[in-house]
Amino acid sequence: MAAPNQPAVLAANVSRHHKMGATVVRALDGVSLEVARGEFVALLGSSGSGKSTLLNLIGGLDRPTSGTVTVMGRELAQMASGELAAYRRNTVGMVFQAFNLVPTMTLAENVELPMRFAEVPRDERGGLVRSALARVGLGERAGHRPSELSGGEQQRGSIARALVNQPVLLLADEPTGNLDSRTGAEIMDLMKALNREGMTIVLVTHERAIADRYATRHIFLSDGRLSDRPVLSGTAEVAP
Amino acid sequence: MMAYDMLELAGRNLKESKLRNMLTTAGIAVGVASLVALLSLGIGLQAWANRNLNRSGIFETVAVFSKRDFMSFDSDERRSEKTKSNENAQPLDAAARNEIAKLPNVVEVYPEMRFQTEVVFEGHSQFSTVAGLPLSARGSDAFDDAQGRFFSGPEADEVVLQEDFAKRISPNAPLLGKQVTLRYAERSATDAGTQEQGFTVLRREKTFTIVGIVKQEPYGGWRNFARGRLFIPVNVAEKMNVLQPSALRDAVSAGAKPTYISLLVRVGNPKDAQAVQEAIKKMGFTTWSALDASKGMRRFFLALDLFLIIFGSLGVAVASLGIINTLVMAILERRREIGIMKAIGASDADVKRLFFAEAAAMGLAGGAFGVALGWAIGRVINLGTNWWFARQDLPPENFWLVPWWLVAAAIVMAVIVSLVSGLYPAARAAKLDPVQALRYE
Ligand SMILES: Nc1ncnc2c1ncn2[C@@H]1O[C@H](COP(=O)(O)OP(=O)(O)OP(=O)(O)O)[C@@H](O)[C@H]1O
Ligand SMILES: [Mg+2]
Repeated sequence: MAAPNQPAVLAANVSRHHKMGATVVRALDGVSLEVARGEFVALLGSSGSGKSTLLNLIGGLDRPTSGTVTVMGRELAQMASGELAAYRRNTVGMVFQAFNLVPTMTLAENVELPMRFAEVPRDERGGLVRSALARVGLGERAGHRPSELSGGEQQRGSIARALVNQPVLLLADEPTGNLDSRTGAEIMDLMKALNREGMTIVLVTHERAIADRYATRHIFLSDGRLSDRPVLSGTAEVAP
Repeated sequence: MMAYDMLELAGRNLKESKLRNMLTTAGIAVGVASLVALLSLGIGLQAWANRNLNRSGIFETVAVFSKRDFMSFDSDERRSEKTKSNENAQPLDAAARNEIAKLPNVVEVYPEMRFQTEVVFEGHSQFSTVAGLPLSARGSDAFDDAQGRFFSGPEADEVVLQEDFAKRISPNAPLLGKQVTLRYAERSATDAGTQEQGFTVLRREKTFTIVGIVKQEPYGGWRNFARGRLFIPVNVAEKMNVLQPSALRDAVSAGAKPTYISLLVRVGNPKDAQAVQEAIKKMGFTTWSALDASKGMRRFFLALDLFLIIFGSLGVAVASLGIINTLVMAILERRREIGIMKAIGASDADVKRLFFAEAAAMGLAGGAFGVALGWAIGRVINLGTNWWFARQDLPPENFWLVPWWLVAAAIVMAVIVSLVSGLYPAARAAKLDPVQALRYE
C-alpha cells in the first residue's frame, strides 16, 4: 500500500462550492492540510465554517469542486463511484453527531451492516460483531434496538460499527454534540484509547476544551478557509 | 453485496411497512388474476371449440367432387382460364376412388351415400333420407349420448335412426331391436352384363334391424345435402346400388361408367388433411375440407386472445403504478437509512439492487397469488356456467383452461413488470446524496 512516512490524509487546495441560483456558497475554499499517521487532529471552527464539508470530502461522501484529497496515498478524485464506496467501507470509519444507527435493526445488526456491503463471509461476522461491541463496552446490549439505548450507548454502538471493517482512519463529526459532558467524556476517552492503539483520528468539534484535552493537533477553519489562530468571534467557541 | 444479504435486507424492508407492501402486492395479484382469468377463458374456449371440431371428424375429412359438378370452391380458381371448360373433366369413378385410396395417409375412401327411400315400419310407410356411415363414424361425438349401439360390422343389415324421426314413426313404443323395411330403386346391369351399355331400374326391398338412436347426424363430411334420418353402414348402402341422380348423366354420356357425386376421404390425422387435399387436387378433382373454413376460426381466436391480453394488461399497468408509488414512498421514508448505508460503504449499485430485490419480491408474490386468484376466478366462472347449463338441460363443458405455460408466463411477467416499475425508484434511491440525507435529524 502506501509508504510508511506517507501522510494519512493530504488535502491540496480543496474547494467545495455550492451553486445557489446566481450566488455561489463557498463551503470550503482552497484548504490544504496534512494529517500524519497516528495523529489525533481536532478540526475547529464556528458553525458554518466548513468543518463537516471537509470531513465529508475526506470520508469520500462528497467530491470537491476543485483540489485533491489523498488518503493513504490514494487520490479520491480518481476513484469511480464504486471504488469510492469500497474506500468508505474499508479505509475509513465515520461517526456522526446524530449517531445514525438504523432504528429498525438491533445493535448487532447495525454493526453487521458494513460487513454485508464488504462481503465479509457470514460465518466470520458473528465473532467480529461481538469483539467490536466488547471493545466499546456494549457486549451485553447486542440484541437491543437503538431506541432502547441511551445516547452514549448509541454513540459507542456507532463507533463499533465504524470500526468493524478495521479502517485506518476514523472520522468523527461532533460525536459528543448530542451528549452531556460526562457521557461525552466517556466517548472521548474511548476515542483516545483507539488513537493510542494506532488509529488516525480526525475529530470535528466546536468545543475548544475537548480539542485541547484529547487532540494532538488543532486545525482552525473560518469561512471555508484555514486560519492560524482561533477566531474569537462566534458563540460556539470557548477560549482556553 | 452478496445475494443472500441483499434478499435479507430487502425482506426486512418489506416487513417494515407490511401493510403498504401487502396492499401493493395485492394490487399486482389482482392485475395478474384478471389477466390469467381472461386468458384462461380465451384459451379454454379455443380448446373447447377445437376439441368439438376434432371429435366431429371434420378436420379428418376431405370431400372430393368431379369438376363436372363443381369447378372449384375457391373463387380465384373458378375465375381462372384453366377451369373454364368442364366437358372433359376427370370422372369421379371407381378407378379414381382406388387411386385416391392409395394416397399416403388416407385411411378410407367412401362415397357419399344419401338417397330417398320409402321407409316401412309396422305397416305405415313414409319417404325419408338414408345416409351411409363408415365404421369410423363410431368415434363421432354424435354417438356420445346415443341409445343402443353402433353397427356390429361393415356389412350388417342394421340401421341407426335419428331421434326426431324415431319419435315420428313410434312416439311411445321402444324401437331398438325392431325391423324397418326400405323400398328403393336399384340400378341394375342390363342383360348385356355391364353397366357401360346402360342399366335397368328395379324396385327392391331390404329389411334392417334398428340398433341405435342418435340425436343428430354424425359428421360424415359433406352435409349440405339433405340431412339423413336413417343411417346404415356405407358398404351396405353401396351394395344396394341405389339409383342416384348422377345415373341419368352416366346413361347419356357415351361409354360412361358409373360415377360418384362425391367421395369422402378420411385421413388418419388432421395434420395430413392438407397434403392429401393437395394431392387429390392435382389428380384433377375439386376438393373441400374444413381446414379452409377453420383458418378464419383460428384468426378469430387470435384476435380474441389479443383483445383479452390488452384488457387484462390494464390491471397489470395499474398495479405497476402501485409499485412505483410504494417504492418512491419508501425512498422518502428511508432517506436517512439510505444515507447511512452509503456512508458505511454501500455502493450506488447496492442501493439500486436492494430496491430491485424489493420490487421483484413483490412481483413474485403478486404473480403467484394472482395466478392462484385467476385460477379460482376461472373456476368460479366455469362452475357458474355449468350450473346454468345444467338448468338448461345441457351437458357440462369445460370452457376454462390454465395451461402451465400461462402460470409460468404470468409469474415471469409480474416479476418483469415489477422490475421495470422499480427502474425509476431504484435509480432515484441510488442517486441520493448521502451528505444531504444525513444532514440533520
Ligand atoms: N448543499 C449545500 N448547499 C448550499 N450550501 C451548503 C450546502 N452544504 C453546506 N452548505 C454551506 O456550507 C457552509 C459550511 O457548512 P458545514 O456543514 O461544513 O459547516 P460546519 O462547519 O460543519 O457547521 P456546524 O458546526 O454547524 O456543523 C455553510 O454555510 C452551509 O450553509
Ligand atoms: Mg457540521
